[in-house]
Amino acid sequence: MGDSGVYLRPVAGVPPFETTGESWYSCLTASESMQLRGVISGHSGQGRDDVAKRESGSQDSAAQNSRGGSLAHTEASSELLRELVAHLRQHRTQLREEWVSRITETRLLTAMTKEEIFAEATSVYDSYVEALETETFEALQAYARNLSERIIPRGVETHEVVGIVLLLRDVLARSLFAKYQTDFKKLNRILDAYEPAANRIANTVAISFVQERERVIRQQQEAIRELSTPVLQVRERLLILPIIGVIDPQRARQLTEQLLRGIRTNRAKVVVIDITGVAAMDATVANHLVQTVEASRLLGATVIVTGLSPEIAQTLVTIGVDLGIMNTVGDLQGGIEQAERLLGYKVVPSAEPR
Amino acid sequence: MEVPILKQGEFLIATFQAALSDADLKSLRIGLVQQVVRFRSRAVIVDVTAMDVMDSFASRTLREIAQMIRLRGAETVIVGIQPEVAFAMVQLGLTLEGVATALDLEEGLAYLNEKFKTTN
Repeated sequence: MGDSGVYLRPVAGVPPFETTGESWYSCLTASESMQLRGVISGHSGQGRDDVAKRESGSQDSAAQNSRGGSLAHTEASSELLRELVAHLRQHRTQLREEWVSRITETRLLTAMTKEEIFAEATSVYDSYVEALETETFEALQAYARNLSERIIPRGVETHEVVGIVLLLRDVLARSLFAKYQTDFKKLNRILDAYEPAANRIANTVAISFVQERERVIRQQQEAIRELSTPVLQVRERLLILPIIGVIDPQRARQLTEQLLRGIRTNRAKVVVIDITGVAAMDATVANHLVQTVEASRLLGATVIVTGLSPEIAQTLVTIGVDLGIMNTVGDLQGGIEQAERLLGYKVVPSAEPR
Repeated sequence: MEVPILKQGEFLIATFQAALSDADLKSLRIGLVQQVVRFRSRAVIVDVTAMDVMDSFASRTLREIAQMIRLRGAETVIVGIQPEVAFAMVQLGLTLEGVATALDLEEGLAYLNEKFKTTN
C-alpha cells in the first residue's frame, strides 16, 4: 500500500473528520474505485502497467473486505447511538442546566438575556439529540438558519455560536465519561459513535450560521449597489452622475455601463461626473474613469468631471492622462454652468432677488 | 456585402450592415473618398448602429476614412456606436481621436447643420 495517500483522499460530500481511517474505503462507491484504478494506471507508465494491475486488484479485495467490515461496524454504532440518545434524553434537564451555566460562565452570547439563552438552549439541545438519533441534519440545519437569522442582527459573533455548540459537545462528552468510567472499552466505542456525529453537528451549525451571515452581506451589497449609482437628468440633454464613496473596479464598471446606457436613453449631449464624494482612487479605477470619458465621447457626449480631490488629481497626473480629453471643473456648480454654456443655455434671473 | 452610400443634400450617408468583411470595408473607403468629390459633398456620416462588434481593423479603417476625407476637403462624423462597443473600443485603445462622433444619425445631421450654418 505504498500509494495509501491516494486512498485516503477526501470523498465529495463527506466531511473529512466524519469517519475513522478504516472507513474511508466504505466511502468509495464502485464507480469511484474504478476511477481510482484509472488514476493509478494513468500514472504508472508502460513499464509499470502490470504492477499497477496487481495493485489495483489487491486494492479491490481490500476495499471489499473493509466494506463488509464497516457494514457491521455501522450497525453496531447505530445501536450505540440509540443507547447514547436514551442517555441524553434521560438526563436532559440536568445536562441542559449545566450547559447553560457553562455558557454564562464563559461569557458567550452576552447580547442575549438569561431567559433567552435558556429557551434557545432547550431547542438547540432537543434538535441536537434528534440529529444524533436520526442522523439527518436537515431539521437542525433549518433550525440553525432560523436561529442565525434572529441573532445576527443582535450582534452575535461566529465564535460565540461555534463556542456554544462546542460547549454542548464538551458537556455531553463529560457526561459520557462519567457514565462509562468503569467500562473503558464501551466508552471507547460510544465515543467512536458519538464523535463523528457531534463533529458533523458542530460543522452543520457553523456552516448554517456563516451562510446566513453571507446571505445578509450579499443582500446588503446588492442594496448598496442599487442605491449608489444614480444617473440623473437635470436638463434636456444634460446628465449628472454623482459618485459617492469608495470605487472598486467592479463598481467602476457598473458606473460606466449605467452612464453609457443613460447617455443613449436620455440622448444626452453633456454629462457632468461629480466625484466630490470620492476621497481617493487607485490607478486602475482612475484609468477606468478616463476610459469612460473617451467612451462617452464615442457616443457623441461631452464629459465634464468635477470635484477632483488633490489625491485624485495626483493619481491622474501619475498615470499620465491626456489632459486634452479630460474636461475638468472645480466644483459641481461650475460644471453645471459650463455644461449649460455648451448646450447653449443662458440662465438669467427673472426678477430681483427679494 | 457592399455598403450603400446615400446622398442627402450636401452630405453623404454610409450605413454599415451587421457583418462586414475587411474587403467590404476597403471598398467602402475607396467609394466614399471618390464620391465625396464627385458629389461635392461637405461631409460624410458613417452610421455604425448595426455593428455590435468592432474589431481593430474596422476601427482603424474608420479613422483612415475620416483622415482621407479631411484631405479631400470634407468632414466625417461617426454615429451610432453602441455603448458596449464604445467601451470595448476604448479598452483596446481605439479611441478614434480627431474624429467627430454623435449619438445617432439625427444627432449627426444636427451637428453638421449647426456647424455649416455658422460658417456660411
